[in-house]
Amino acid sequence: MVKYIVKRLLLLIPTLFGVITLVFFMIALSPGDPARVMLGERANAEQIEELRQELGLDKPLIQQYGLYLKRVVQLDLGKSIATGQKITDEIKVRFPATIELAIWAMIFATIVGIILGVTSARRRNSWVDYTTMGGALVGVSMPVFWLALVLIMIFSVRLDLLPTGGRMNIRYYFEPITNYYVLDGLIIFLKTGESKFFISAFQHLVLPTVALGTIPLAIIARTTRSSILEVLHQDYIKTARSAGIKENRVIYRYTLKNALLPIITVIGLQFGLLLSGAILTETIFAWPGIGKWIYVSIGARDYPAVQGGIIFVSTFFVLINLVVDILYSVINPKVRLQ
Amino acid sequence: MNRIDRNTDLLQVHGLKKYFEVTSQGIHKEKREVKAVDDVSFTIKQGEILGIVGESGCGKSTLGKTVLRLHEKTNGSVLYRGKDLFAKNRREMKDITRNIQMIFQDPYSSLNPRKKVGSIIGQPLRIHKQGTTAEISKRVEHLLDEVGLNPRYRGRYPHQFSGGQRQRIGIARALALDPDFIVCDEAVSALDVSVQAQILNLLLDLQDKHKFTYMFIAHDLAVVEFISTRIMVMYLGRMVEMADKDDLIQRHIHPYSRALFKAFPAANPRGRASREKIVMGDVPSPIDRPTGCHFHPRCPLAESRCKEAYPPLREISPGHSAACWVV
Amino acid sequence: MTERSENIPNTEPGAHGSKNEILLEMENINVSFYVQRGVIRAVKNLSLTIHKGETLTLVGESGCGKSVTAHTINQLIPMPPGKIESGSVKYRGRDLLKLKKSEIEALRGTQISMIFQEPMTALNPVFTVGEQIADVFMSHQKMKHQEAFSKAIELLDLVKIPSPAERAKSYPHQLSGGMRQRAMIAMALASPEPGLMIADEPTTALDVTIQAQILDLLSDLKKKINMSLLLITHDMGVVAEMADRVVVMYAGSKVEEADVYQIFDEPCHPYTLGLLNSLPSNPKYKNSARLEAIEGTVPDLLTLGDGCPFANRCTYVSEICAEVFPQAVDLGKGHTVWCHNYTKIDRSTNVEQD
Repeated sequence: MVKYIVKRLLLLIPTLFGVITLVFFMIALSPGDPARVMLGERANAEQIEELRQELGLDKPLIQQYGLYLKRVVQLDLGKSIATGQKITDEIKVRFPATIELAIWAMIFATIVGIILGVTSARRRNSWVDYTTMGGALVGVSMPVFWLALVLIMIFSVRLDLLPTGGRMNIRYYFEPITNYYVLDGLIIFLKTGESKFFISAFQHLVLPTVALGTIPLAIIARTTRSSILEVLHQDYIKTARSAGIKENRVIYRYTLKNALLPIITVIGLQFGLLLSGAILTETIFAWPGIGKWIYVSIGARDYPAVQGGIIFVSTFFVLINLVVDILYSVINPKVRLQ
Repeated sequence: MNRIDRNTDLLQVHGLKKYFEVTSQGIHKEKREVKAVDDVSFTIKQGEILGIVGESGCGKSTLGKTVLRLHEKTNGSVLYRGKDLFAKNRREMKDITRNIQMIFQDPYSSLNPRKKVGSIIGQPLRIHKQGTTAEISKRVEHLLDEVGLNPRYRGRYPHQFSGGQRQRIGIARALALDPDFIVCDEAVSALDVSVQAQILNLLLDLQDKHKFTYMFIAHDLAVVEFISTRIMVMYLGRMVEMADKDDLIQRHIHPYSRALFKAFPAANPRGRASREKIVMGDVPSPIDRPTGCHFHPRCPLAESRCKEAYPPLREISPGHSAACWVV
Repeated sequence: MTERSENIPNTEPGAHGSKNEILLEMENINVSFYVQRGVIRAVKNLSLTIHKGETLTLVGESGCGKSVTAHTINQLIPMPPGKIESGSVKYRGRDLLKLKKSEIEALRGTQISMIFQEPMTALNPVFTVGEQIADVFMSHQKMKHQEAFSKAIELLDLVKIPSPAERAKSYPHQLSGGMRQRAMIAMALASPEPGLMIADEPTTALDVTIQAQILDLLSDLKKKINMSLLLITHDMGVVAEMADRVVVMYAGSKVEEADVYQIFDEPCHPYTLGLLNSLPSNPKYKNSARLEAIEGTVPDLLTLGDGCPFANRCTYVSEICAEVFPQAVDLGKGHTVWCHNYTKIDRSTNVEQD
């Protein structure tokens, strides 16, 4: 097992090398001059040239690329043009917000998606099935930003039930501990008995979670349905039934565990895609995560930030795939590691 | 070409080996060698029906396919009428393959479902440019008639036929180029008994008429016993015993042959009380063949030397040989 | 594994009454499948009786309705498209077709269990063999996992799987075909008192040396546990090895029923005779170059009329055969045949018993 993981981690290196190269050249070749952007409209040519030298922008592209690679290997993603902070620090601050949102969205999508998929499969061709699968189709086709706006319209503006954005009621004096606000709220509640932070963090999560989780939910529901239907035709399901195993157990133990393999693949893939979905959701809900940061950085032509952000997100994506493959082997004894 | 001469060796197989490399499933991809056919030698005389019997993993199908060069060999030689099959290039092969045909187990998967039966049977004729369209069409009708199907069925698709009829179509296709040697690979195994009997009769009728030579591969001892003139018993890639049919039925001396005969269900309930029970576990995987004689872990007679080396093939009596240290 | 507790099959012979006691009685069962092209009448007016401790074999070729008949008993017919149109299935006096779903579930695996043809696919690939057997115990009896698992090991031992404790922790793909079939049998025995085991072509996918061992195991277990066996097969060789009584089916109908010796010695239906004559191992072919095959093919069940379904392939056919399905003819000693012309049957080429 350890050998396998090490092997997979080593395989990460060429993948990431490709990502870094691609990101570097895409951004370096895009129009616009970061030095000019940083110094603003009124800067004269000398000042700009000076800054270009300082940033190494005057050197040939290949040399710039070599320098960048060298720094990335040392885990130095450079400094943000906009804030002057180290990119790694910027990511460190924002990462928990994104992860918190992504995890909740994924939990929401997975649980609801699997339940809907299983129900649909069990009552195939009934109205329950048609409604669920119709709904799933709508869910897949809905643009995230539009859904987010509709949710805000209904639940925040009209019904005034949930906040429109942010992670915590700004009137509260809140000092994050881990930067995972729901967790922090819970810790404070357990320590002091004060529950308002927990409740507020949770309330702020609901709409972004739904907005971000809807597409994966729909995809998971559809995958679950087809996967369950396929497994239900297998001989061993007939065996389980002939042995008098109760129908619920046949479905949730005997069928689901076999059906889980394709579902897990989809979940892993969707989790990776959530990070890109998060750019829209975070922007609309003013969620201070990586997605919003990348979005803002693009607008500000903060090239090191954009580069660093994309490299980070890509690495994360690849790591999730590794986790999925390991989970796969845990569930499927045929590919289990000796 | 004199096809009736029973003393001519039609096919001579010497030390034929076919090894496959398999990659094990799972995360640790491990390459291993399967010795599917391991050092098998035999000859088939013209007009003979050589039955090859054995259980799954014994290599009988691989042997059939390698003899036809559907697989490339690993070692050894196959001479067809004295010509080395594996020495030929593609063009020269084409002439020989006309004379060698194969009938497969699953009549459905070996027939293209989107082609009409007439086109399936006529295909080898078109490939080998045997006559004009009209001539081919006439030949197809004749072939359908010969295998007991109505020539009008030529416009139908394979799914419109029953299993037995599809096997007849497969036979008609094999007959198209007027071969003299046919390998039947589990040709009747997938069929119901009543249909199986029809097909066995058909194969025998065709042999009488065309003086075919058959290599008849099957796991069903009763079928092999009925149709063959000589029988080879295979186990995990090796030939363990070979004899004329009547000789083998009377004296199967290799312990594996004995087990096979014993295991075969009696044709009458009165036989069951006297049937000896066999206790011998399962066939090992061909990937993990036991050392020495591959049969020794299941063999009631195994001695210590059986674990050490594979026994040489010995002639027990003229035309009857077996590979066993003990008997 | 010396002591067997009350949850392991009772091993005393004759513990559950004599052979003449009726365990299962099917009466006038009709099963149809409603498919796009029409209605397939898979089983027609079928009645059969299974006594305690008896092995009844249902024999016939593919599509004859033998598996559907078996699945009618434990109601595993997929509905739709299947439908049990009429009839009753009385098990120990209770009509199974009138039971609630939960009552059927409670009977399956305890009173009526089943083993299937393909040991490769009939066991769940993601659970160990021991877990799967233990699960059957836990589904029907209040039992802790550990207890159920150790019972599973006892059963694996009962079906003669070497080092059962280790094998219980194996996944199906780690076992050979024969071992998997043994594990399936163990699973079917996971009950305090197995009544009826339905074996649907249990050895068809196995090699012949493995088949012989599995058949021996089934015979041994049957004697030990005094359960009844409904054995479904297409192989007359398996019938000869295993059967007490035989029901021959053709195209959804029962055509002959008799004890196994009568079937082999005095077959009265032309189809039964044809089946026996189709066997290359039939001793009559010792010096014969050809088999006496049944000509023609099985009729399409969608377009089958009311007459005898075998009429189009039968050498003894007369006018009435195509129109009227024959009445049962009782030949005595439990031998019944459904044929208009059974008296004309020519068995002369059948080899005499010595």
